[in-house]
Amino acid sequence: MIPVVLILVPLALAGLAFLDPSPRRRPRVLLVGGFAHLAGVLLLCADPGARALGGALELDPLAQVVLPTVSVLYAVCAIYAQGYLAARRDRENRLFVGGLLVLLSAMTAVALAQHLGLLWVAMELTTLSTAPLIYFSRNARSLEAAWKYLLVCSLGIALALLGTFFLALAGAAPGGPRSLLLAALVRAGPSLASPWVRAGFVFLLVGYGTKMGLAPLHSWKPDAYGEAPGLLGALLSGGVTSLGFVALARVVEVCRAAGELSFAKDALVVMGLFSMALAAVFVIGQRDFKRMLAYSSVEHMGILALGLGLGGVAASGAMFHTVGNGLTKGVLFLTAGNIHRSYGSKLVTEVRGAARRLPVSGPLFLVGFLALTGSPPFSPFFSEFTILNGALGTGRFLAGGLFLLFLSVIFVGMGSTVLAVVQGDPAGTPEVPAQGEAWVTAIPPLVLLGLVLALGLYLPPGLKALFDAAAARVVGSP
Amino acid sequence: MPAWSEIVLILVVVIDFVLLASSRLRAVIRGAAMQGALLSLLPLFMAGRAELGHVLLLSLGALLVKGIAIPWLLLWAIREAAIRREVEPLVGFVPSLVLGALGVGLAFALSSAMPLPAPERHGFLVPTSLSTVFTGLLLVVSRRKAVSQVIGFLVLENGVFVFGLLLSDFMPAMVEAGVLLDLFAAVFVMGIVMFDINREFSSLDTEKLSALKD
Repeated sequence: MIPVVLILVPLALAGLAFLDPSPRRRPRVLLVGGFAHLAGVLLLCADPGARALGGALELDPLAQVVLPTVSVLYAVCAIYAQGYLAARRDRENRLFVGGLLVLLSAMTAVALAQHLGLLWVAMELTTLSTAPLIYFSRNARSLEAAWKYLLVCSLGIALALLGTFFLALAGAAPGGPRSLLLAALVRAGPSLASPWVRAGFVFLLVGYGTKMGLAPLHSWKPDAYGEAPGLLGALLSGGVTSLGFVALARVVEVCRAAGELSFAKDALVVMGLFSMALAAVFVIGQRDFKRMLAYSSVEHMGILALGLGLGGVAASGAMFHTVGNGLTKGVLFLTAGNIHRSYGSKLVTEVRGAARRLPVSGPLFLVGFLALTGSPPFSPFFSEFTILNGALGTGRFLAGGLFLLFLSVIFVGMGSTVLAVVQGDPAGTPEVPAQGEAWVTAIPPLVLLGLVLALGLYLPPGLKALFDAAAARVVGSP
Repeated sequence: MPAWSEIVLILVVVIDFVLLASSRLRAVIRGAAMQGALLSLLPLFMAGRAELGHVLLLSLGALLVKGIAIPWLLLWAIREAAIRREVEPLVGFVPSLVLGALGVGLAFALSSAMPLPAPERHGFLVPTSLSTVFTGLLLVVSRRKAVSQVIGFLVLENGVFVFGLLLSDFMPAMVEAGVLLDLFAAVFVMGIVMFDINREFSSLDTEKLSALKD
């Protein structure tokens, strides 16, 4: 029951936001939606394994990892949105607020979906609801970004549908499951027609890999993240891309049951390492700090794919990393948005001394960078360490070595950009006086960073067991 | 009537080539419309054990959306936005055709290597579907105009639709909801964005959409 409510309530609120005539009151709907969702998710998590719609929705371990992360991120972003939309009264926010609420509904559906058809429909909805939001700034650059995002993701999603059909066909033999329910496909296991499972995996990897933004399917990412409001960037890079990972993990689950796991794992390792390599190349010397964050997102999606592809301990680390990456991306995109608004620029050549002009957001941007690139004691350090440990522990020295190499190159590359933004004297840089530091936009990323730190300092054993269970369900126990 | 569906499937592949070779935007839109209308016949010819209601719904829905509504929307868009009528390919017509032919050959080779688990279906469905998907992808990446890219996306969707027919016996709702909804929604939003592209750049040439790069 609760799963259905969690999907329908944000949709109803989106309708309310579209109808509400007052642009001042409308952002409050977002706040109501975000916190109602968080409360619902907490209630739902008290009942793990809850099912609805005949098993098409289920809170399995993977959903237990991702759904609360997304919900916390969303609630924090909803607070931030109050300040952000108040500072952007010049722009029409009807579509923005409504779209964000539809996105919340779609993300919940993706996380809980146990039916590959439903999963696909919900994934499609995340694209449709966010494409118009990228165009929030109503200028030529944001339009270009929205067009590319829509075109690339629509192609991806169309290929994902074809892949879904392939999987359906794989189970279409007389006596086969003839269903897209995950449980039915997994139960049918080896009786699935293996060429169609392989072909289905390839198409779904391309399709959902596009949503995740794995290289070389990432071409929408720098543009969309560069031009979208920081708030949307946080939700895309911490929420939607993580759900792309969830979708891919569900497909891998089917591959494992069909005996095609090693094929899927190899593909994931290659894509993962390639994404990290590409991010390393483009992050060096990046002059636009929001685009830099986009390449960092390509990198971290690569880390998730790599972790899952390595399997065992590393896959458990990848599950942990979805949480750390999701929350830390929130810190970075929200503070980057604050810096961007205050300077009216996102170019390194024009922005310096953010720590002085924005006494909370500036330092937070720096600390968020340190957390994301794997500095102790933040949680990404521990999840990346677990993945490395998994790689070396199973004798994958090449993958482990490349992983370390790319991590350090990206640390140095991002570091020079971030330090240039944060350090120095802001005198002489462009300034938008009305867009200075405000509590309501400075505190939310601080809350997220607090969570990232807490998870690094103390990981409750229950959570650790949950990551292991989620990984075991996808790639098998180590 | 397997003979009829065979003719339809062959025509669909022929239209793929026509689309790759046409230089006039209107001709391409009409070609895509005709392909959509032809596809809407397939559920009728191949009606197996599926209920008659689903078959009619799928067929009528495909005819309305693929054959009439979206082509009309596109024709209206180029009239309204006064778009020039040439296709303006990035890859010339002859290379497009050669690539298309390669794609079709590959699709046939691939599908003969992949036995159908449900043998009651027509063997031509899979190669037709894969050829059309490939043609759609080719049109999207090799054409410059936003309208042409939308048409390419439509052709790709047509290919996915053909594949869906293999499954219409046992998951009709998936095929109906998935394909038609997606098609309509995506093009609808694309259309809206297109009009704004027109307003901002006074042309629908996506080559002008190149300010963002590294």
